[in-house]
Amino acid sequence: MSLFDRLGGAPAIIAAAELFYRQVLADPFLAPYFDDVDIDRQVAKQAAFLTMALGGPDRYTGRDLRTAHAGLAGLTDEHVDRVIGHLAQTLRELGVAEDDIAAAGAVADGARDDVLNR
Amino acid sequence: MLLTLGGHGYELRAGESVLECLARHGVGLPSTCRAGTCHTCLLRAEYGDPGEAGRGGLKPTLRAGGYFLACLARPVTDLTVAPPAGDVITPATLLGSERPAPHVLVIWLRPLRPVGFRAGQHVTLSRDGVTRPYSIANLPTEVPRDGLEFHVRLYPGGAMSGWLAAAAPGARLGLGVPAGECFYLPGRPAAPLLLAGTGTGLAPLAAIARDALAAGHCGPVTVLHGAADPGGLYLAEGSVRSRVRDGDPARIRWRTCVLSRGQDIAEEVSQELARLGDPAPVRAYLCGGARTVARMRRALFMAGMSLQSIQADEFVPAVISG
Repeated sequence: MSLFDRLGGAPAIIAAAELFYRQVLADPFLAPYFDDVDIDRQVAKQAAFLTMALGGPDRYTGRDLRTAHAGLAGLTDEHVDRVIGHLAQTLRELGVAEDDIAAAGAVADGARDDVLNR
Repeated sequence: MLLTLGGHGYELRAGESVLECLARHGVGLPSTCRAGTCHTCLLRAEYGDPGEAGRGGLKPTLRAGGYFLACLARPVTDLTVAPPAGDVITPATLLGSERPAPHVLVIWLRPLRPVGFRAGQHVTLSRDGVTRPYSIANLPTEVPRDGLEFHVRLYPGGAMSGWLAAAAPGARLGLGVPAGECFYLPGRPAAPLLLAGTGTGLAPLAAIARDALAAGHCGPVTVLHGAADPGGLYLAEGSVRSRVRDGDPARIRWRTCVLSRGQDIAEEVSQELARLGDPAPVRAYLCGGARTVARMRRALFMAGMSLQSIQADEFVPAVISG
């Protein structure tokens, strides 16, 4: 059973996405990329990202991530590291076990080159 | 099972989602993520139950309205679905109007047929090819001047507001179907309610506050009215309290916020949230200009409120192109 299912599937992911997105917005390194953005839509996108990282139904592809981030100037490995850090912290707050957190982080890390358009 | 949409029946297989069923029959319902997160495939059930899975992630007001997500819903019974874009126009007559402030016109309309709505919802008003949405300012149980009340922001050269300002009693308009997710949901009578709006955005919020009290809401009710300058606070606290027929008007905590005094409504609403203690049970209703509503929503979200607990109605002035 995937971590996605164990956490409670789609309804639980929305709640997790809000926790995650709140952390991202509170991070001064990442927040500027989200200044003018509709929060409802962004949380929905974060939920899609989390779904991918947690082994949920495969809807969000690497190509989607590449396209979504292609227009953003100045993205570096540090940005990706921080997002993965916030993902880990969110899962920790939800009581997820460390090895599951590491697995989710590895999936997210697998998208690094797509996000950075490398 | 049978899925009915727009008068057509489609055979629905067990375990199939509404979206899959429609696609199989060549009906291209818009969809994007197909995983319940983007809400592009939102539909409304008229008869039958789409099932709990179909309502996953939807806000309580949408659920109460029969809405569901076509990509997640796998019905186990027959289901009739409202067409995604349907509008029925009811003829209405202007009864009269008043001008409580330079930029605000209060109008009363009588529709030819009774219109079912929840306090806080909006309808489109139309005349001569011009259509604009306006929030209803009264409760279904209130029949001000024997009609429906609207608080209209007057825009210089406004195609609808300008016409309304000059129209005489007896003028005819079309009234659309009431819509919107900004309305009071009973079920959590002790929840703190936080209603914040700018300008005429206060009209539906005042109605929601009265609706809550009439429903026996016992949690604290805070109303925050924002305006660019003191003249924009067109709706007096006293007049809203005096309209409360059911419930104790003194229970409403009334705050104002004026930009020209250096106050920022996003900060003020955050402070009001902080006063309420734990953000988890709070239900917020936001109404007014789109940018301001977005800033308030973000401020409340960052202060710990779930977006699921925030209902918003964003006013966007029409862009006139000739």
